[in-house]
Amino acid sequence: MTKSSLPEPRGAISLTNVGKCFGSGRPALIGVSLEVRMGELLAVVGGSGSGKTTMLRLMHRLIEPDSGEVRVLDADPSTPPHVFRRQVGYVFQGVGLFPHLTVAENIAITPKLLRWPRGRIEARVSRLLELMELPRSEYGGRLPATLSGGQRQRVGIARALAGRPRVMLMDEPFGALDPITRDDLGRAYRALHDRFGLATVMVTHDITEAILMADRIAVMREGRLVTVGPAAALAVSEEPYVQALFERPRGQLRQMASILEPAAKEPVHG
Amino acid sequence: MADRFSAAWARLPDYLVPHVLLSATALAIGVAIAVPLAVVATRSRALRWPLLAVAGMFQTVPSLALLALFYPLLLALSALSTQLIGRGFPALGFLPSVLALTLYAILPVLRNTVAGLEAVSADTREAALGVGMSRRQSLLQVELPIAAPLVLAGVRTSAVWVIGAATLATPVGQVSLGNYIFTGLQTENWVSVLFGCIAASALALIVDQLLGAVEAGLRKRDRRFVIAGLVALAAGTAAAGWPAAASAMAGPRYLVGAKTFGEQIILGRLLQDELQAHGLRADVRTGLGSSVILQALRADEIDAYVDYSGTIWTNAMGRRDNPGRKAVMDGVTDWLGRRYGVKVVGPLGFQNAYALAMREDRARALGVRTIADLTRVAPRLVIGGDYEFFGRPEWTSLERAYHLRFRAERQFASTFMYRALESGSVDVVSAFSSDGQISVDRLRVLRDPKGALPPYDALILVAPARAGDARLISALRPLVNALPVETMRRANGAVDGGHASAAEAAARLARGIAASERPRAGGPEVVTAAHAS
Repeated sequence: MTKSSLPEPRGAISLTNVGKCFGSGRPALIGVSLEVRMGELLAVVGGSGSGKTTMLRLMHRLIEPDSGEVRVLDADPSTPPHVFRRQVGYVFQGVGLFPHLTVAENIAITPKLLRWPRGRIEARVSRLLELMELPRSEYGGRLPATLSGGQRQRVGIARALAGRPRVMLMDEPFGALDPITRDDLGRAYRALHDRFGLATVMVTHDITEAILMADRIAVMREGRLVTVGPAAALAVSEEPYVQALFERPRGQLRQMASILEPAAKEPVHG
Repeated sequence: MADRFSAAWARLPDYLVPHVLLSATALAIGVAIAVPLAVVATRSRALRWPLLAVAGMFQTVPSLALLALFYPLLLALSALSTQLIGRGFPALGFLPSVLALTLYAILPVLRNTVAGLEAVSADTREAALGVGMSRRQSLLQVELPIAAPLVLAGVRTSAVWVIGAATLATPVGQVSLGNYIFTGLQTENWVSVLFGCIAASALALIVDQLLGAVEAGLRKRDRRFVIAGLVALAAGTAAAGWPAAASAMAGPRYLVGAKTFGEQIILGRLLQDELQAHGLRADVRTGLGSSVILQALRADEIDAYVDYSGTIWTNAMGRRDNPGRKAVMDGVTDWLGRRYGVKVVGPLGFQNAYALAMREDRARALGVRTIADLTRVAPRLVIGGDYEFFGRPEWTSLERAYHLRFRAERQFASTFMYRALESGSVDVVSAFSSDGQISVDRLRVLRDPKGALPPYDALILVAPARAGDARLISALRPLVNALPVETMRRANGAVDGGHASAAEAAARLARGIAASERPRAGGPEVVTAAHAS
């Protein structure tokens, strides 16, 4: 297990020629190799069934690869998976807050599993709620069912961050939110990511979100990694699939410009 | 009516306390088994169906039968354990009752726990793994707590079932609120029956409400409800357990057994009174089935009871001949002593023999004086018997000896049998020679010229472990030959007619015996003259 006293690992996450096949049908993942550095935010985009979530679950050791190697934080492969997972923050697509626990208890879960002393846990919970703009006095004792979707997602992120992980894995973290909340939360998360110097892998189906938030974007298609690179590099890619992927935000941008620029003089809609 | 109510009220602690302990124990064990089984059932598809099916199957066995079946099973196991490790365990009373009720408690909890665990969403379960929980931590910290309200709902259902079914523990020798019901049915004391029913329902309702508070607390995630409900339940159980624990420390007590019917309940009390009059502590366990009571005595689970020479002669010894009253009594005494070490203190002096009886007017109209006269008219007549009679060797032997073929055979609870005779819906009944109803209704008891029915002298039997207990034996000896059949019929009649409780009738018998003690003392005992045959 990596300690802060040890020298910085080459990469936070490294996948080498990873393959995964579920029961029947075509493989979910074929020969994927990928590096994520500390401090980097990598967005993974691709259609449904492209293998994005499978890759994320492999990184969290919720499943094991059939071939190749997955290394996260240079963790000892003999560490039991549930112990390993306490070192990594994971934000679920369906949030998955525990319905029987309060907001504060949900956030305290991983620190408790790590057997932190009580005072340290309390301080950490308060701090994270503050960062998420959910004052503890108002929200700490509430049950998840009484929160809005955006608030729940914030608690989900706070819970993932609670054990001071250095790697965060996020599966469509903002997918179910309205565009404004999504934009705010995305910005807020990027700030936290930078502040804590994390390595984050964020799966999303929204290329615009990926362009706005990520340092690099990995494009997946039918279980293969098509390409990976900064948005600007991908934008000039020769790959037809990548070109098609970028066509949509480009089109939107042109449309917006054509609407907004004349609108400066004579507003169209109220 | 008021007397009967206050008599029933006075017994409430005696019956309620064991009822509470029995139900609480069965429920606790049931929950402790059902919840882990539910976890197994949800973790393994292959085991799920068989587990639920087997638990469901127990639920379909009638409660009384389930309770009764544990007796022979435990007896066999006890014998095996005696062979293997030199120690047996009681096969009667608390143990079989707890086991049977535990089986009843399992299903509702099992079903609800399975449903509760399956209702935990896949997202939540994955989140539990994702935050770093092991499977076990996920189960204990996430899945079971989320399922808890449903589990509690199952516990409530189980509690109500168990408390209700615990009344049926009386016939296997466990004191419960069922004692009101069974004793009341035997003695036609409907106040007692009703009292037992209402007490059991009230207990079930109270427990249900308290568990309901716990369930509501879990649902609302409000600890105060949970704690208040649990504290009230624990306090109730502890209050019930305290006197039992205290009396267990107070030293040995003698336990007198009695079968299910009125005469046996009177005699059980009489033996108890007699022991207490001699400064011995004694309890009565009534409502023991006639097939289990001798086994209970042999196993030293009860210390003494009254059985009938013919019952042992035909049922236990399997004899079909009838060498006469004295020979049967001697044969039984000898056999019990040699075979089991059971001591026969002596006869009480009366017989409670199987007999056939008819209404006087009906018998005269048909010209029936003896059973032999029935052979001719039987095809036109209906015979009524208690639940046992038509299955007993006595009936077979009567049928064979007199070629009896009745138009129909009807079975009744013995209290209803005489009603049926009175109303004319049956013509002949299987009576007992000491039945109070014979003198009350002035029935004609038919003679048995061929001696097809064996004699049934009431005998005081003492368990092997107590056979050398001089204090016990000498306390019981004054009862020997102290009860002529007319005296017993009067006592039975008073109880059957609702003029006296079994305890009062027993007290009256004890006073009569004490009064005649002095004049009878010293002289050789003479077997009391034959009953009305």
